[in-house]
Amino acid sequence: MEIVLNDDNFEEEVLNSELPVLVDFWAEWCAPCLMVAPAIEEISQKYTGRLKVGKLNVDENPLTSAKYGIQSIPTFIIFKNGKVLGQTAGAMPKEALETKIGEILNEQI
Amino acid sequence: MSKYDVIIIGGGPAGLTAALYTGRARLKTLLLEKIVPGGQAAVAWAIENYPGFPEGIGGPELMERMRKQTEKYGVEIKSGEVVRVKLSSENIYSKREREKIINTENEEYKTTALIVATGTRPRKLAVPGEERLIGKGVSYCATCDGPLFKNRKVVVVGGGNTAVKEALFLSKFAEKVTLIHRRDELRAGKISEERAISNPKIEFLWKSVVTEILGETEVKGVKVRNLDTGKDLTLEVKGVFVHVGSVPNSRFLKGVVEMDQAGFIITDENMETSVKGIYACGDVRKKLLRQVVTACGEGATAGFVAGQYVGKYKKEM
Repeated sequence: MEIVLNDDNFEEEVLNSELPVLVDFWAEWCAPCLMVAPAIEEISQKYTGRLKVGKLNVDENPLTSAKYGIQSIPTFIIFKNGKVLGQTAGAMPKEALETKIGEILNEQI
Repeated sequence: MSKYDVIIIGGGPAGLTAALYTGRARLKTLLLEKIVPGGQAAVAWAIENYPGFPEGIGGPELMERMRKQTEKYGVEIKSGEVVRVKLSSENIYSKREREKIINTENEEYKTTALIVATGTRPRKLAVPGEERLIGKGVSYCATCDGPLFKNRKVVVVGGGNTAVKEALFLSKFAEKVTLIHRRDELRAGKISEERAISNPKIEFLWKSVVTEILGETEVKGVKVRNLDTGKDLTLEVKGVFVHVGSVPNSRFLKGVVEMDQAGFIITDENMETSVKGIYACGDVRKKLLRQVVTACGEGATAGFVAGQYVGKYKKEM
């Protein structure tokens, strides 16, 4: 299950999370974001218990989006222990996204 | 290895229409799409020249409708990027045509007929700073990233149809849009040109090219050279939208079918390539006009002709 992130719960759900967190920065008007949404959903199920997956709407949450300099969506950032482990932007096939996530997390999942 | 009558690579308007025709002809059809169906049309914010929609229609909605219509006829849609196409080895005792073997990263498929509808991708500017700043202010899709540049200054590079349409879209959000074009006139549809020229937020830098994109971790500006005077100037902007043409997605077919120098696939009027049983349609094909409506027409022809080819192939069994 993906969780809905916002400017208010970001610190608690992401920065203070014990599990690594994949954050999907998206917006409703963004066609590529909608394209990858099913893949993100599948990833969140596949990695249940090893990776938390959250979605943050950039229109509704300008503070967090600005803090991480989001200028292209979808952008995916992986956080661990409150720090940015790595990030990637743009729609891509699920397999490619999983490969990227694997590379960023190394064996930490 | 799964075997199909027809495999279609690419799920934009051309591929989906081809699949609609082969599906309705009861051919066993697989459509392979890199991400999800829709193609470049799915990121067009308004399509006003596709007949039947007098008020215009959003790209995502039109493509969603095409996908649904295609799926009604039993077409299988899978995600996967095709990396290689080869022909099965020749059997000198059989006069049958060779089958086509399609490889994605993880799977292998066999098919009698192949329809290539892989489209194009945006061409890069190839100037210093561009690669480093992709996703950090450099974008190839205003409809994807444009609203993130609310009240900022941006430039659009290019003067064709896409460039002008994207400048118009950006003008809804940005403080100012400067369109930088190497010629002294636009090459877009007349209606879009008129709208752009009368839009108070859009300015034009004619006969000019971007020579560098500035900024380390985010775009800070662009260096522009005037081609007449040779003089450079620097514009302070946050976003650079590049629309300087497109590159065909055909590399996986190099050496298999005939292409022009740029990689666009050459076909006859029935969409057949230099290899029997391989067809190409839509933007990836060498042709004059690249629009949703032409892609659909070509997809229909390719689907129909592929069906005839499969019928003949089965008879020779």
